[in-house]
Amino acid sequence: MSVVAFDPTAPLTPSGNLRRRQIFSRLAESGATLAAVVAVAVLGIVIYSVAVHGASALSLDFLTKGAPIGIGPAILGTALIVLVATAIAMPIGVLVALYLSEFAGRRATTQIRLTLDLLNGLPSIIIGLFIFKMLVDHRQQSGFAAAVALAIIELPMIARGSQEVLLLVPGSMREAADALGVSRWRTVLKVILPSALGGIVTATVLAIARAAGETAPLILVCSVFDARHFSGNIGEAIPNIPVMIFELSEEANPEGFARAWGAGLVLVAFILVTSLGARAMHARSKRKMSS
Amino acid sequence: MSASPAALRDPRAARRRDRRKRADRIGDRLLYGVCLAAALLAAAVIVAIGYQVIHGAGPAISKFGLGFLVDTNWQPNFGEFGAGSLLFGTAVSSFMALLLGAPIAIAIGLYLSLLAPAGVRGVVAPLVELLAAIPSVILGFWGILVLAPFVHEKIEPWLHDTLGFIPLFGPPQTTGSSIFTAGLILTIMVIPIVASISRDLFLAVPRDVQDGAGALGATRWEVVRGVVLPSTASGVVAASLLGLGRALGEAIAVTQVIGAGSSIKASLFETGDTLAARIANQFPGALTELHKASLFYLGAILLVIGLLSNLFAQWIGRRFGYAGKVAR
Repeated sequence: MSVVAFDPTAPLTPSGNLRRRQIFSRLAESGATLAAVVAVAVLGIVIYSVAVHGASALSLDFLTKGAPIGIGPAILGTALIVLVATAIAMPIGVLVALYLSEFAGRRATTQIRLTLDLLNGLPSIIIGLFIFKMLVDHRQQSGFAAAVALAIIELPMIARGSQEVLLLVPGSMREAADALGVSRWRTVLKVILPSALGGIVTATVLAIARAAGETAPLILVCSVFDARHFSGNIGEAIPNIPVMIFELSEEANPEGFARAWGAGLVLVAFILVTSLGARAMHARSKRKMSS
Repeated sequence: MSASPAALRDPRAARRRDRRKRADRIGDRLLYGVCLAAALLAAAVIVAIGYQVIHGAGPAISKFGLGFLVDTNWQPNFGEFGAGSLLFGTAVSSFMALLLGAPIAIAIGLYLSLLAPAGVRGVVAPLVELLAAIPSVILGFWGILVLAPFVHEKIEPWLHDTLGFIPLFGPPQTTGSSIFTAGLILTIMVIPIVASISRDLFLAVPRDVQDGAGALGATRWEVVRGVVLPSTASGVVAASLLGLGRALGEAIAVTQVIGAGSSIKASLFETGDTLAARIANQFPGALTELHKASLFYLGAILLVIGLLSNLFAQWIGRRFGYAGKVAR
């Protein structure tokens, strides 16, 4: 390196290599910011499209009446399927979480968590094939089969979510219960579950938001239905929103598209409200737990 | 619990205590048993899924064997089935999604963990995650009516004009349904998954190491390049694999925009099909047992690929010590 003569009049801004490095860093920063902007913009465009196209279809008749006019039966059908699915998945999910947090040793914990993660990562169409083989093949499509399929999708989400909050329950509470001679099952029912309830509900609501829009399994196990009225009989195929949107989207019929946008708006609104609500609750209960 | 000497001597109280003890013993056993049963059920489900899907594929497996994987013929009317072109379509669309999505998602992760002010982060992070909450059927419907026309009229001609010398960017077809459009939709699905995992990874990089690099005169990019990315590389790879798994298995949105083509072409702007999309598209209308079995065979292939990519992601995560972060 040559000795550079000190020049008191030189500006105090970086020059040469440093300047190049700083510019590059600035560019990288703007790139990262741009990426975030793009993602939010895509979300905005999708929701905007659904809202604008869907709003014109929306009316009281649309929400309550049957097929040619509205999507009433499909709304009820989706609600029923998701309700039954959650009634199946939530108890099992919470019990799995309890097993993981209260009983399982290290090895069992790793294995069951791995199982849950694999189940969570499984393409939903495969779960559809499975349920088709188990409950539909040689019989008939049914809302019950759809509910079981959605329950399998919800199970790992509820179990993992609940397990995370159960781990947050302070060990001192368990020790306090033990010290008072309280038996394990009473501790679990009276102490641990109540204090983790908020988190369990959050996980369940998130799972419901996911299940409500799940389409692939329903196409295989609950797609041939009469969309004019809602029978409430879970033993036969019942109308539901996701399959309806899918089928309308496959026909090139502008009127059908309008109805699909309307149904899409109902579904997206439900999902956004539930998942945002669950997130808000999650943030609150987390603050409460950690304080 | 009061245990005064008088109460201890009282036979009725003693009986009560015994009853309670017995109830506690039974309750403990019962709770343990029920919890264990639930955990075993979860494990049994995944085994049953594997068994049933492979069992359903039985007729097709015995008829076509492993040649199914390379055979590109798919003609239900003639009883000829092969997964070749579908494997091709799955690979191309998923890798395109990963190639486009992973860098964007990692950049978002960096923005959310290192750049964004706390207030902005609190808004943008949930919004990015909401992108994952949009049902695929709606994303696909939007893809048909909004994205595909735009891609067909603007992006495809432009790419063909500027990069047409590469066979990937052939002449645009009559509609916007193409592997390219499917790849874009999958990109949108991959981004939130990879972004939220990599953000958590970046947040876990110790602050003082980054500050140390900064104190040595590193610019922000150099801190990322020299400290943040190297220490989280394995986790980022695992996150990308999970994103890839999502893209591979997506059925609905892809079947809506990919155009259900059945041949292998170099151009991304041609129609194509993927394993999952073919199942969603043809299963409801499948009449012959062989057709159904072949669709189950596709499912079995998908299952194996999905499980492998997922296990590989878990293994990388665990091997390099990010298990807790990657396993969501």
